[in-house]
Amino acid sequence: MARILGGVTSSHIPAVGNAIANNLTQEHYWKRFFDGYGPAQEWLQKVKPDIVIVVYNDHGLNFFLDKVPTFALGCADMYHNADEGWGLKPVAPFQGDAEFSWHLAESLVEQEFDICTCQEMLVDHGFVNPIRALYGTHEKWPVKAIPLAVNTVQHPVPTAARCLKLGRALRKAIESYPEDLKVVIFGTGGLSHQLQGERAGLINIEFDLECVEKIAHEPEWMTKFTNAEIMELAGTEGIETIMWLVMRGALQDDAKLIHKHYHAPISNTGAGVLVMENAA
Amino acid sequence: MVWKKHSYEDIPGTYVFDGKHAHGAYPINKLLFSFNTEECRDEFDRDPAAYCDKFGVTGKYKEAIIKKDFLGMLRMGANIYYMAKMAIPRGTSVQDAGAAFQGITTEEFQAKLLAKRDGLEERLAKEGGYWNG
Repeated sequence: MARILGGVTSSHIPAVGNAIANNLTQEHYWKRFFDGYGPAQEWLQKVKPDIVIVVYNDHGLNFFLDKVPTFALGCADMYHNADEGWGLKPVAPFQGDAEFSWHLAESLVEQEFDICTCQEMLVDHGFVNPIRALYGTHEKWPVKAIPLAVNTVQHPVPTAARCLKLGRALRKAIESYPEDLKVVIFGTGGLSHQLQGERAGLINIEFDLECVEKIAHEPEWMTKFTNAEIMELAGTEGIETIMWLVMRGALQDDAKLIHKHYHAPISNTGAGVLVMENAA
Repeated sequence: MVWKKHSYEDIPGTYVFDGKHAHGAYPINKLLFSFNTEECRDEFDRDPAAYCDKFGVTGKYKEAIIKKDFLGMLRMGANIYYMAKMAIPRGTSVQDAGAAFQGITTEEFQAKLLAKRDGLEERLAKEGGYWNG
């Protein structure tokens, strides 16, 4: 049967990809942020997942505002990156696992998560950058990857509680797949940041650290906040932090915390890395 | 017909991208989305006004696009991520936009952000359990 080894969280902002592409990761500005990924990279090398499910939000590459699915799952064998308007060279395509994805979709819908299935899905920086930060950049990626997109761009966006429940449903879905697949979940985005308005530049370190701690040990805590309250505390784009709860919900309640890293600022953002491991 | 009031509208200096903004600014966001394609970016550059007409972007929206008034566009409901597709290749970063919103220079805006790092490692050491180099 498929097994969830654990989960990792990561920021996914474009500046992370640019820093990697431009070899800036050891510059003073970036060094502490990227060095804190070391233990997460080592953990992935040790447990060697066959496939990662990347929970992220699309920023207007695959989905336009004509149709905005709240939750959308890639159900293809291959996912391509593409120009997001900045003229950057796309990274190599990612191999998926269509049979596994369709099983996940069936199971999620049975559990009343009526997810949008996508047979073609362009993956943007939200998906690509966490993989690059955790595996480096490759012409042939060392792991398969499945995109799970959450709408955090156009409100109404799902509640924190709903994201946690999606994670729990995802756990059942994964663990009912007959093949012996080793799976890791990436919860991406966040932590606090606001790009727009007079409040742009907001970083709330206190709230970020509380989120890191509580998502690791007491994720229900986050579900007491409305999205308006999360945006007030973490900024409008900080709402992405709800995607960490999908990862956390997919793990065992008592999953072990392996690594905890926080840095601010990277660009406009407070950034956190968690590595959590399920008991075998 | 009425747009329901939301509690997030009371957050100062904040424009939450919801149905009201998405509805009103649909043509401008559709135009900005097209910039994912290089041919569209080139077509816009050749004749911005004609490109606006093609997408039904009119009035103050059209004026803001042609003037590359990114701040004005954001205030009118352009989505920040969509606007970035136009602004970033033209040398306006999201930090430039943030600084403009606050009426300060980009250097001042970046300095305010960098100040967040002051004492961070000590703070994390006190918190306990964090990687700290």
